[in-house]
Amino acid sequence: MAATKLSPTGLRFESIDKRYGGLYALRRVTFEISAGECAVLAGRNGSGKTTLLRIAGQIVRPTAGKLSFPGSSADSAGNSRPGYVGHSTMVYDELTAEENLLLFARLQKVESPAAHAEALLREVGLYERRASLVRTFSRGMRQRIAIARALIHRPSVLLLDEPATGLDPLGITWLANSLRELNQAGCTIVMSLHGESEISSLATRAVRLDAGNVMADTKTGASLHDILTFGAA
Amino acid sequence: MTKRIILGAVAILLVLASAYASFFIAPEERTMGVIQRIFYFHVASAWAGFTAFFLCFIGNLLYVWKRDQKFDWLAVSGAEVGLAFTTVVLITGPIWAHPVWGIWWTWDARLTSTFVLWLLYVSYLLLRTLVEEPDRRALLSSLFGIFAFIDVPLVFGAIRWWRTQHPQPVIMGGQGSGLDPTMKSVFFFSALAMHVFMVFLIAERYALEKMQTETDFLAREVEAQ
Amino acid sequence: MSLFSNTAVLLSKELRTEFRSRELLTTTVVFILVVLILFSFAISPTTEESREFGPGLLWLAILFAASLMLQPCFLREQSNDTLSSLRLAVSDPFSIFLAKLIANTLFLLLTELIMLPFFAIFYNVPILPEFHWLILVLFLGSLGISVAGTALSAISAQARMRELLLPLLLLPLLTPVLVVSATVTVNLFEREPVVKGKGIAFLAVFDVVFLTALWLFGEYLLEE
Repeated sequence: MAATKLSPTGLRFESIDKRYGGLYALRRVTFEISAGECAVLAGRNGSGKTTLLRIAGQIVRPTAGKLSFPGSSADSAGNSRPGYVGHSTMVYDELTAEENLLLFARLQKVESPAAHAEALLREVGLYERRASLVRTFSRGMRQRIAIARALIHRPSVLLLDEPATGLDPLGITWLANSLRELNQAGCTIVMSLHGESEISSLATRAVRLDAGNVMADTKTGASLHDILTFGAA
Repeated sequence: MTKRIILGAVAILLVLASAYASFFIAPEERTMGVIQRIFYFHVASAWAGFTAFFLCFIGNLLYVWKRDQKFDWLAVSGAEVGLAFTTVVLITGPIWAHPVWGIWWTWDARLTSTFVLWLLYVSYLLLRTLVEEPDRRALLSSLFGIFAFIDVPLVFGAIRWWRTQHPQPVIMGGQGSGLDPTMKSVFFFSALAMHVFMVFLIAERYALEKMQTETDFLAREVEAQ
Repeated sequence: MSLFSNTAVLLSKELRTEFRSRELLTTTVVFILVVLILFSFAISPTTEESREFGPGLLWLAILFAASLMLQPCFLREQSNDTLSSLRLAVSDPFSIFLAKLIANTLFLLLTELIMLPFFAIFYNVPILPEFHWLILVLFLGSLGISVAGTALSAISAQARMRELLLPLLLLPLLTPVLVVSATVTVNLFEREPVVKGKGIAFLAVFDVVFLTALWLFGEYLLEE
């Protein structure tokens, strides 16, 4: 994968609260992910993983607390903002792969948008299908276009919410390899996962959430295996 | 609590007093007779309703700015009470029109605009019932409330201009211009009474909403255990 | 300026998406046609009545059509959560609204222009004298409908019963546009056409007021 051109950037959560009506989705979440780490967020459904990732992605604003990106260069307008891959592709079904990437490249003022979009399409293996509508893509291809979109502004932090869902073994291998390459090139990765897999083996750090609270952290001694498999019958 | 009881008592006394004044103190109007006395309720209610909607608008603005729940409580109270007074206006209009003109409704500028105003705030309340999450409901309804309120002068202006193109019988034609001094006093007293009553109703509705929200919160906390 | 370049990029996306499928345009044109025909069945107007009531019915049909046409505006951004990716990508959230409202105004205008010949024939209305004024009124009215409609469609997309809710929110709000546009249009079709400058100015004021409101409050409409 093309190297991110920027300073390695970390991710810091300070006392993050998120309240919906009367319910707390996240309560005083505090931890830091160092630049260059590949971190996993584990936890049951409803534990707050998606909410925390959406806050990190700056899609949702926390009710309280502070989010920061230590190490990000101050002048890079879009690059302190992470790339975000969610449950949906966040691209337009009615546009082609190429049109989608061009759209997001132009909006974010990426230099030479056409060249950059083409390069990304090649990297994710969608160049042959660049003129096809995203509507016609398989699940694996949808994941790839989603990742390409997330990377279009060359972020130094990449967030992924359960990226392996619905992928076949080939897709999972491709994903693991891509993430490994990105991480080696200096991109900080934070992803939420269920259980152990080829992808979780990339992790250098893991944090478990339960009911909006941080329950365990490999930084404070818990084992990766325990964090990933806690609660699995 | 005592403050609200006193406010309620004062409000009811004032309304009763203004009713008495409307029927027994104000002189009878030359051409229309007894039915004209409805004017004191009709216009006073319109003013009180409008003030209530204005309070709703303030609540909407403050909520979008500060995100404090209590502004949403003010907004919904203002809207509901405003709607109640506006309904009175829409009912007393035809009650006056029928004996005088022989028809139930005339597309008089003020009454028509009031009807649109009524529809706007019914939509506001309807929107609220269709959004479940409280913070989202407050934000979305506040934004619609803001759009609705800035639309109000445009509605009144447009319909007034439209009516100059197609003149129709005017409800309470010419009131405000050349009102006998006693009538004027009775009218302002009615307006005052309606406003005090409006404030009382809003205070009660606000307290109800506050209690409802706090109870819901507690219920959900218990459920989460 | 970044707002305008973002708006241009987004506008081209909106136009490209619509012209590829032309779903909105065709359904809206057919809808207005059907409504106009049904009106004449319901009222059976004489020639003179057609001329008098026709414009009002036309604007009513446009309003109904718009309240349907505007529903997908933000709903289609929900299926793949593209609203989130747009919000992240643009520097000013107003560009999202600006692009959509320009696109919606264009679609409405296009629909109206396609409808005009049919309207002129069915209702025996002379549309050609003062045609440039007619276009101006159609433009200002459609702009007002789009501005309010785009804003409200962002609201209704987040509520239940959204198909019914948008018309319910939009139609009362657009009363000024209906009343003034219909009146100005009727006067343009008189035997001696009259241009109601005050009405046209009023429509412009409506447009400016709501554009400003959308500019001030737009970002809150997109909040999550």
